[in-house]
Amino acid sequence: MITVKGLEKSFGETHVLRGIDHQQARGEAAVLIGPSGCGKSTFLRCLNLLETPTAGTIILDGITITGGGGDAPAEFEERQRQARRRTGMVFQSFNLFPHRTVLENVIEAPIHVKGLQRAEAVESGMNLLRKVGLEARSGFLPGALSGGQQQRVAIARALAMQPDIMLFDEPTSALDPELREEVLEVIRQLRDEGMTMLIVTHEMEFARQIAHQVLFFDGGLVVEAGPPERVFGAPSQERTRAFLRKIIPNPAS
Amino acid sequence: MKKFFSVLLALAGPVWAAAASSLEDVKQRGVLRWGADAEGGAPYVFHDPAAPDRLLGFEVELAEELARRLAVRPQLVQENWDMLVPALKQGAFDVILNGLERTPENHQKLELSRPYFVYHQQIITRADTTQIKSLDDLKGRTVAALSGSVSFRILAARPEINMKIYSGNAQSFQDLKIGRLDAVIVDSPVASHFARNDPELRFGGPPFAPGYYAIGLPLGDAELLGALDKAIGALLANGTLERIYRKYDLWGPEQAGLAQVRLVDAPREGPSSTLAHWQRYLPLLLRASLTTIWLTVAGMGLAMALGLAIALSRLYGPRTLRWIATAYTEVMRGTPLLIQLYFIYYGLAQQLGLRMGEYAAAVLALGLNYAANEAENYRAGINAVARGQWEAATALGMSRWLTLRRIILPQAFRLVVPPVSNDFIAMFKDSSIVSVIAIVELTKEYQIRATDTGDYLGLGVMTAALYFGMSYAASLLMQRFEHRLQHDHR
Repeated sequence: MITVKGLEKSFGETHVLRGIDHQQARGEAAVLIGPSGCGKSTFLRCLNLLETPTAGTIILDGITITGGGGDAPAEFEERQRQARRRTGMVFQSFNLFPHRTVLENVIEAPIHVKGLQRAEAVESGMNLLRKVGLEARSGFLPGALSGGQQQRVAIARALAMQPDIMLFDEPTSALDPELREEVLEVIRQLRDEGMTMLIVTHEMEFARQIAHQVLFFDGGLVVEAGPPERVFGAPSQERTRAFLRKIIPNPAS
Repeated sequence: MKKFFSVLLALAGPVWAAAASSLEDVKQRGVLRWGADAEGGAPYVFHDPAAPDRLLGFEVELAEELARRLAVRPQLVQENWDMLVPALKQGAFDVILNGLERTPENHQKLELSRPYFVYHQQIITRADTTQIKSLDDLKGRTVAALSGSVSFRILAARPEINMKIYSGNAQSFQDLKIGRLDAVIVDSPVASHFARNDPELRFGGPPFAPGYYAIGLPLGDAELLGALDKAIGALLANGTLERIYRKYDLWGPEQAGLAQVRLVDAPREGPSSTLAHWQRYLPLLLRASLTTIWLTVAGMGLAMALGLAIALSRLYGPRTLRWIATAYTEVMRGTPLLIQLYFIYYGLAQQLGLRMGEYAAAVLALGLNYAANEAENYRAGINAVARGQWEAATALGMSRWLTLRRIILPQAFRLVVPPVSNDFIAMFKDSSIVSVIAIVELTKEYQIRATDTGDYLGLGVMTAALYFGMSYAASLLMQRFEHRLQHDHR
């Protein structure tokens, strides 16, 4: 489903990604952990080409979406379209459109990008809002909602484009602790339905529960990868152990 | 600005009215200050084209002779012609000596000397116009009058003639030659100086509506008036006036008859404020307000549309377009609106033969000028929309143009409502500048009526109230609009 080979990204002199390899099967949830500034978010943003990789290959669902540098603008735009049609993204700061109601946020892209009829878009939009428990808020402006509710709308908005892959970039980091669970619950539900997902998070307990594989990023590289019981329970790398010691005060529990 | 300042002083005038100068003051000072407009003032008062420091004109020589009779020196004080009366009342000079017509209206406001010149009105047309011989032939034509002059009163009494009001003769002849006007009505000295030897122009019929020029003094200044009357009589009797007028080709039998003229003026009515007759003046001012509103709405509409295009070019256009948009903004912001207006109205017509109507030119100038401001407003507004909005829309597969149109601009518009409404209100007031291309909007109407009646205060109150009404209404409208934008969907 997802194949990444030798992915690199630099901002000027700063090498943020220094050769990432990653394999992920359909229906798998991958959780990306690591200290801040290690490149996890940039990796996620390369997958839908919000950032343009400097080198390497990304293959989504058999379609190569990076061809290195030197291709014509038209080709590049076509690959952007391909990548974005297959992925949905949820941001740390929600990024809902503040001038549109909850429902309008959800149906905007289906109508104007996919060309759906309004009635059709509204019907599936309301279904998605029901799924995230916000059907009753469909006519509200985002500003009238709590952070947790806004993030659930953002998830529904991404799902409305029927992506094959969902990218979550720290979906609960901007939320008060008591609001996190309602968002995590929605993600958990998606995982159980078999959605292919990549999640950047600092919620270790949540990661342990839902991940099929955990990727530990540090210094622009995947230092350690594997099933959660191995990465959390018996990390092979000293850097992983040091990170986990810092983030989980009592690893024995 | 100068005009505004003198209006202000004229408003304050009555407070100092007691300090009106008289013969004693002039003699003590040794200087007779005479007010006139030397801008395009031939053959009355004008700067020698060969030596711009030197003054020429039959009134310059008349002033010299009169001053000599009073044993003082003459000193010209420059003032716009249609502002001479308020400037005199404010004390800027001792007398008006500049083609001041001896009319009952002027007699209401001023002491008038015995006549020193007989003038007529003269219709001037282009050389190829042959069918205009009298006022009756001007029906349905566009005809220029000088603001505050007798020609203005003549045309104002004939609504079937489309009058355009100018503050100088040079501009009206210019517009006549390029076809914006069908005719110009001027006093006979102007006609003989400018039109007689100009192959492009011709006299439309014989002279008509004779009248006298007189020297104007502040009301009650009997001493100086008496001295000037005596001096004029002497200059007539000893042939000095004839010598001067012949020099400027203005002498004729009617001037020779001046020595015998004895005029009896009707008694003055008491001073009355136009406020007491507001029913007469308010409708005139209201009609002019409609012009102001129309100019502002059209100008602002153009500015907002063009401003958006400029802002988008600057933010997202290819390099050349970006550069052009930036240059446009800087040049339009960095040069005066008045110059831009002259450039569009006169400059384009002269150099490129691009002749547009005065309203088109006015809206274009206001719109082009304000577009630079609006572009900066929009640019700031677009930049103020959070970056995450772009990313969210992009991740959903929305194109750049779709994102801009559906996500970014609607949010930016909300942000720019306050600065744009500021500019909207500012344009109500800035639009008064277009009166220089013969459009009568509210400020010009005020000037015309105030010159006519001498009541700058009463008309000023009415005019200010109208401007305030327009601005306040616009402000309320914008507030409602802003409120609605922020609370829709609720």
